[in-house]
Amino acid sequence: MKSRLLEIWLPLLLFTLFLLFPFYWMALTAVRPNQELVSTATNPFIVRHPTFDHIRYLLSGTGFPRWFMTTMGIATGASILSVAVSWLAAYGIVRVGFPGASATGLAIYLGYLVPPAILFIPLADILLKLGWFDRPAALVPVYTTFLIPFCTWLLMGYLKSIPREIEEAAMVDGAGRLRVMLGIVLPLSGPGLISAFIFAFTLSWNEYLYALVFMSAPEHKTVPVGLATELVRGDIYQWGPLMAGAVLGCIPVVVIYFLFVDRYVQGMSGALKG
Amino acid sequence: MADARASPALRGGAWFGAALVAPAAILLLLLLAYPLGLGVWLGFQDAKIGAPGQFIGMENYQYLADDPVFRLTTVNTILYTIVTVLLKLFLGLGLALVLNRSFAGVRFFRSVLLLPYVVPTVLSAFAWWWIFDPQFSFISWTLVRLGLLDHNIDFLGDSWLARGSLMIANIWRGTPFFTIGYLAGLQSIPSDVYEAAQIDGARAFRIFREITWPLLTPLTVILTTFSAIFTFTDFQLVWTITRGGPANATHLFVTLAYQRAIVGGAMGEGAAIAGVTLPALAILAFAALRAIRERA
Repeated sequence: MKSRLLEIWLPLLLFTLFLLFPFYWMALTAVRPNQELVSTATNPFIVRHPTFDHIRYLLSGTGFPRWFMTTMGIATGASILSVAVSWLAAYGIVRVGFPGASATGLAIYLGYLVPPAILFIPLADILLKLGWFDRPAALVPVYTTFLIPFCTWLLMGYLKSIPREIEEAAMVDGAGRLRVMLGIVLPLSGPGLISAFIFAFTLSWNEYLYALVFMSAPEHKTVPVGLATELVRGDIYQWGPLMAGAVLGCIPVVVIYFLFVDRYVQGMSGALKG
Repeated sequence: MADARASPALRGGAWFGAALVAPAAILLLLLLAYPLGLGVWLGFQDAKIGAPGQFIGMENYQYLADDPVFRLTTVNTILYTIVTVLLKLFLGLGLALVLNRSFAGVRFFRSVLLLPYVVPTVLSAFAWWWIFDPQFSFISWTLVRLGLLDHNIDFLGDSWLARGSLMIANIWRGTPFFTIGYLAGLQSIPSDVYEAAQIDGARAFRIFREITWPLLTPLTVILTTFSAIFTFTDFQLVWTITRGGPANATHLFVTLAYQRAIVGGAMGEGAAIAGVTLPALAILAFAALRAIRERA
């Protein structure tokens, strides 16, 4: 009994305090009235008079609702496009095959290891020349650059797990190539497609650097960029609304995560396999 | 990828296969491969935002080699990567070992403790920024109240405190990445391996050192290289919390590249800074790929 306390519960308590405290702090600040925020006399770990003022201000006095919708649109668009294109590519590589198919698969995966950090400067140059600067829709194709490698790899793994015999039997029955692909394998790919979509959506929702560099008008910003640039001005930090925005901005990904937590963890560890 | 061959019934579809890959390949060639090359090329130019540049050879790199801020940034980036990756590995593995045991509520803890990795980094960075506030940090408040300190700690105003604060925030965010990976790894070790060791009467620590850790080594290589790649090119945490300050003490390659290229408009110089990371990234990516192939 004593060893379980030392081996499980004590480390678990420390990890929980470290990993979850910032969330508690975020939520607490979001409902803490301003006079308590700037007072050093009151105990900072509790809120005496919780308020919804910060949330109300965020929703009616800032561009937050607009940023939220913009981010939702970009994340949904980029995810659908990436999952569709990735599924086709994964099917082509794993199931149809062509000379150099496995090299292509590796090359696409290698794309995942190219961080946005070394692409944002040349991409800024390209978008400027194309006249796509400050257009939220431009983020959809840009986000596919990190979504397609991840989704293709994930779906390649998934397609390998669907037995070939199903396809072969359909072929023997006289079904054409397209019918086998769209009528049989596509419906069987459902769970893999859902996993890929969850990852694509959360990765797009969390993206910061591209949106920060390529969007400039306040109404074109995404949630993280809008909060970081419009609510943080000079030395006057609006901590209450900022934290309210952080809480509300986390909600879509947290909801998706908890709905599909097993799939998320499986997909995450599956992407590290060959 | 031994089973990447086409099934007999589908053979002869090389053109069909290539056509299916085409949309993905075109997007990646235009928006990933081409910018990658263009970025390297820009590093040899004096381009400014919106103005085409001239080829100036190694001038950007020569200038950076003499730039004390760039030198400090190089040291910072290496230090930041090594310290945080090691601690994330250590803590992530520790947490995975705890969560791999069976106890009441293990499923709950397994999902909830991964949250730092799931939520948008910039949004959690706001929380850390507020935690490290010079006036209203709860850490200062607690220490002053306990009588251990007589003044607030200026977490982000002192070079070393600022570096340490950023490292803590980075470790917080990245630890669950290792935990996810290691949990899957631990669960794939067959239990009869442990049963045999227990019959031998081996102690827990010896079992870990002689059985678990060696079996996890390929996974450790993969997790470490991935984590190193993304830590080495971190931007969000640093830019949100310190913007590279105080006095350029916490810049990493990418925050400096952003500051010079986008804020300052010197595209060529910024591209050169980003270009410096390429050789290190190539080595890491190669190591990751080799480890993945060995494990497959």
